[in-house]
Amino acid sequence: MAEFRLPKNSTLTKGVTHKADNAAQNVKTFEVYRWSPDDDANPRIDSFEIDLDRCGPMVLDALIKIKSEQDSSLTFRRSCREGICGSCSMNIDGTNTLACLKSIDEVKGAVKIFPLPHMPVVKDLVPDLSQPYRQLTSIEPWLKADTAPSDGEERRQSPADREKLDGLWECVLCFSCSTACPSYWWNSDDYLGPAVLLQAYRWIADSRDEHKAERLESLDDSFALYRCHTIMNCAKTCPKGLNPGKAIASIKSEMAQR
Amino acid sequence: MAKPRPLSPHLQIYRPQLTSVMSISHRASGAALAAGTLLLCLWLVALAAGDRWYGVAALVVSHPLGQLVLFGYSVALIYHALNGVRHLSWDRGIGLTIPAVYRSGWIVLLLTVGITALLWTIGI
Repeated sequence: MAEFRLPKNSTLTKGVTHKADNAAQNVKTFEVYRWSPDDDANPRIDSFEIDLDRCGPMVLDALIKIKSEQDSSLTFRRSCREGICGSCSMNIDGTNTLACLKSIDEVKGAVKIFPLPHMPVVKDLVPDLSQPYRQLTSIEPWLKADTAPSDGEERRQSPADREKLDGLWECVLCFSCSTACPSYWWNSDDYLGPAVLLQAYRWIADSRDEHKAERLESLDDSFALYRCHTIMNCAKTCPKGLNPGKAIASIKSEMAQR
Repeated sequence: MAKPRPLSPHLQIYRPQLTSVMSISHRASGAALAAGTLLLCLWLVALAAGDRWYGVAALVVSHPLGQLVLFGYSVALIYHALNGVRHLSWDRGIGLTIPAVYRSGWIVLLLTVGITALLWTIGI
């Protein structure tokens, strides 16, 4: 049974406010989820006032500014700052996205920032992604073939077959979609979630893979695949504009045609 | 032993949007229909039990509260049926892009209001 409320140790409290310089003209408040394993307190929401005239345009720029100028203990993942690595996924202004691709201007009022929803928190904005990574491993996301390449060198693919992978290979595994999915919130033990199912379809759809039947067989489970109820929060939130919901529908369709 | 990690907020903070709101409404209307169909059965049983019982049932149905339940049932029925068509098309892989999902979503909502209004103004 789904638990709609937060556990006792996870309810939010009000934190501290870090004021901007008095000289700041263009101030925006960032309300950021904080939790540290080093103290016994519940998670809290800290407010940081930022002078936008002295800050880059993206939410990630603001987080980096906060960390360098106001509170060096603020913890978040980031790397490429251009939407390629998938590290800085978090919930900003109510939806999941990459902080590096989310422009501060898009947010009206205070910018509310939380870790990816319904995940165990390691610290501040860093969720524990062990479960989705385990699930990704379970679908064996690599090319499986028993026969040798026909020319002895390379597994060739027609441009038309290669095109079938567009919209699938671009996923950066930020798990914005999986953690936007209410079905995944309530059933992440058994339901694979949109990100992992998109990857599963990426290999099912690959003309070079020779284990399609096995892949489908392993997904034929009322929870692993069919907990998808086509809510479509996944495609709505994907910062790369991909459509996991459509990929899942394609798996269901392949399943029905077996 | 490591301290238990808190669970990050979910329903509490995720922005309600057409996708999720229409999905949960589909489920809620389905549940309402299951309950409403039981009432419909009771009405049919009353009809079969003769004019005295049917008189009682008719009295209940014509009471403002009975009318309210009937109205709710009609909204749930129309919404669930229309949104069900949407789900059928999705299962065929049709209309799964986000613009299409929003378009069909608004159409279902408008049709639900329109058909319900028609039903209650000229239908009954």
